[in-house]
Amino acid sequence: MAQQQYTPYPPAGDTSGAVLAIRNLSVEVIGGGQRVVRNLSLDVHAGETVCVVGESGSGKSVTSLAVMGLLPEGALRIAGGSARVEGEDVATASPRRLRELRATRMAMVFQEPMTALNPVHTVGRQVDEVLRLHRRMPSAERRQRVLDMFRSVHLPDVERLYDAYPHQLSGGQRQRIVIAMALILEPRLLIADEPTTALDVTTQKQILALIRELQQKHRTAVLFITHDFGVVAEIADRIVVMNRGDLVEAGTRDDILARPGQPYTRRLVSAVPSLVPVDRPAPRGEPVLRVQGLGRIYADRRALWRGAGRRVVAAADVDLTLRKGEILGIVGESGSGKSTVARCIVRLIEPSAGRMLLGGDDIAALSGAALRPLRRRIQIVFQDPYRSLNPRRTVGDSIIEGLLNFGMSRSQALARAADTLGVVGMSPDAMRRYPHQFSGGQRQRICVARALVMDPEVLVADEAVSALDVSVQAQVLELLEQVRRRTGVGVLFITHDLRVAAQICDTIAVMQRGRVVETGAAATVLTRPSHDYTRALIDAAPGRGWDFRNFRPLAAGATPTGV
Amino acid sequence: MPPHTDALPDAALPDAQPAPSGAWRRLRHELKSPPVLLALAVLLLVAATALLAPWLGTVDPTALNPGSRLKPPFAGFLLGTDAFGRDVWSRVAYGARVSLAAGLGAAVVSVATGLVIGVLAGWFRWLDGPIMRTMDAIMAIPGILLAIALVSVTGASLTTVLVAITLPEIPRVVRLVRGQILSVRGEPYVEAALALGTPLPLLLWRHLVPSTVAPLTVQGTYVFASAMLTEAILSFLGAGIPPEIPSWGNIMSEGRMYFRMLPGLILFPGLFLSLTVLSVNLLGDALRDALDPKMARRL
Repeated sequence: MAQQQYTPYPPAGDTSGAVLAIRNLSVEVIGGGQRVVRNLSLDVHAGETVCVVGESGSGKSVTSLAVMGLLPEGALRIAGGSARVEGEDVATASPRRLRELRATRMAMVFQEPMTALNPVHTVGRQVDEVLRLHRRMPSAERRQRVLDMFRSVHLPDVERLYDAYPHQLSGGQRQRIVIAMALILEPRLLIADEPTTALDVTTQKQILALIRELQQKHRTAVLFITHDFGVVAEIADRIVVMNRGDLVEAGTRDDILARPGQPYTRRLVSAVPSLVPVDRPAPRGEPVLRVQGLGRIYADRRALWRGAGRRVVAAADVDLTLRKGEILGIVGESGSGKSTVARCIVRLIEPSAGRMLLGGDDIAALSGAALRPLRRRIQIVFQDPYRSLNPRRTVGDSIIEGLLNFGMSRSQALARAADTLGVVGMSPDAMRRYPHQFSGGQRQRICVARALVMDPEVLVADEAVSALDVSVQAQVLELLEQVRRRTGVGVLFITHDLRVAAQICDTIAVMQRGRVVETGAAATVLTRPSHDYTRALIDAAPGRGWDFRNFRPLAAGATPTGV
Repeated sequence: MPPHTDALPDAALPDAQPAPSGAWRRLRHELKSPPVLLALAVLLLVAATALLAPWLGTVDPTALNPGSRLKPPFAGFLLGTDAFGRDVWSRVAYGARVSLAAGLGAAVVSVATGLVIGVLAGWFRWLDGPIMRTMDAIMAIPGILLAIALVSVTGASLTTVLVAITLPEIPRVVRLVRGQILSVRGEPYVEAALALGTPLPLLLWRHLVPSTVAPLTVQGTYVFASAMLTEAILSFLGAGIPPEIPSWGNIMSEGRMYFRMLPGLILFPGLFLSLTVLSVNLLGDALRDALDPKMARRL
């Protein structure tokens, strides 16, 4: 690929004015000499948000770690170039100086707030510690300062929260604490590495707004690392696209999203799912699966006295109808019960109430040996392609396992597995290899093949594309679409991402706190939602103002909610 | 439209390779270190001594010879004779059989039993409580006391001693296996196998048991060493192997009275015992480093 020469503005060499100025930065693997970041140059100015976007392995996180001086010791090192924070080069700074810089000039927010906080100290004490180490202040004043900071990140009831432990807070609250900790010394540069990826969309929206607000208040320069073009469309002033360690393209948000110059960027942007539902005919097949009044209660069995245990209703009164050849999406945030429903349907767990009619049989009532014939008819694909295949068995053995269970001969099963691998776009040679030899996308195809080889009537895809990069995600979605058309299998597609659901689902059921709050044709649910929660979800979906596929912002009136 | 055309471009395949071979590579690396090589050599020597005892210049280890009591070493008798005039070298060589058998037997039996019980406890949630409480109860009793109690109830024979030294080792194995099963049973590939209708015994054997092999191998070596020690202690206390069968423990026990006169009566079997136990432990550490890189020291 032709590398576009990056011309940072102001021109290379002149780093005045930029809070962060990276020039020709290279990071290499110690020992191997392989470079994971090559000749990267970029500027971040005060009050500006620069998004570094790329797929996994693009070097975006390594860049952020290099700037913070946090490259894993003994594994990676800066091989050349400079990264100046307010004129001071972190590549040559002493470890002691780096520690000072990290506290006062630059700060970082990580993806997972639970691991960024110490579980055995109260959050107030942890934020206070930052002040104690770097500011001479009486403790009463410090406490006041921490409470003020908590208020400014919009935490509720700050006095009580000061003495809370991380596990007592919600994910969003924890991330607010981490942001408070990062910003309490008023750094000039904030590096945020996928800070909202682990959060629900509604929480994500609040956190993004918070970062924006604080940035405007303090004129902080923000380097924002993300894989999500939706988030980029929401917050970026300028965008830097990276691929395998190289800077592919850089420019303003509208440049990159509407007029990408490089083919790689074009491909990447056009693969981003947008909230615009795809026009598709209503499914008219026979119903293959009818779920009626499905419920699942988790009871705390450790309770000493009966009845005293805590009961959690994970799902209640769930009604769903899946037709032949239909893709039915179940959408909801974490804890909405969507995965519980999926696992009940595959009978990995037992439902506590309700009926599930597969053809004429109520599969909710079966158990033990009577369940086995059912296994053939309902299959599942999981979220994490790295853990869904037994690492000790060859791909072929994994795929034919189910067929052998139902009495097929080994040679027949192998032939069928080879066919099915063809269906998912892989060569039959894959069968003799082990899962670790494949990429995430390839593994997910193998998982789809393992499910399809059983010739199921229902395929449950539980967040099956959530762990994949956008371009791979688009391929797997395309694969599911083809499979549905070819085999007429009914697909139950569980996802937290409305944008993905908009791309592939015929029908969408929205779940909240264990209940289905809205069901309908995808186009209806997404454009004329009737439930408040659905509206909130659509409203929070990042990048909903952009039609990525066609490289244009959506006209104001055409935003999906119409609000 | 044909389903598998260029729409799906990322089907470039890696070369066929054998299964993850990191463990073997690390094991070979471990085997190159001198202490481990030395340990292996010692173990082989002791094993050879045990197997080939009759041909190593020994006489009947139980033959009494009142004419040559308490002879010093290296004077006609390689390691001297004991209070009954029995040849100490012969007793130590034949004693190696008992010690190694005790260690190996305890290791194999406790690992096998522990594996079965641990898998049951880890998979069947309703069995977990009863099984683990029983194991806790066994662990609460000091191993030696338990063994003495067992032997005194049933009488000293080789079998009861073996049972007595194996039983206290089982709970540790059960805990290890249970923990491993619990951490693997939630893996999506196990659930996928369940959804594919794999019968339970096959599922356990294929997808769950393999993950316990590495930690069990390591645990097995530790049981080996600790069982040999327990056997020696029991015999030394007189609650172990019947006195007519020579074992390192009861040679030392009988030599205790004459320790001041003839230290060799305790030193020689003691030396064999400590060298063997040390070697087994060294080997266990090497295995652990090779099989569980997270625990390994930095190379």
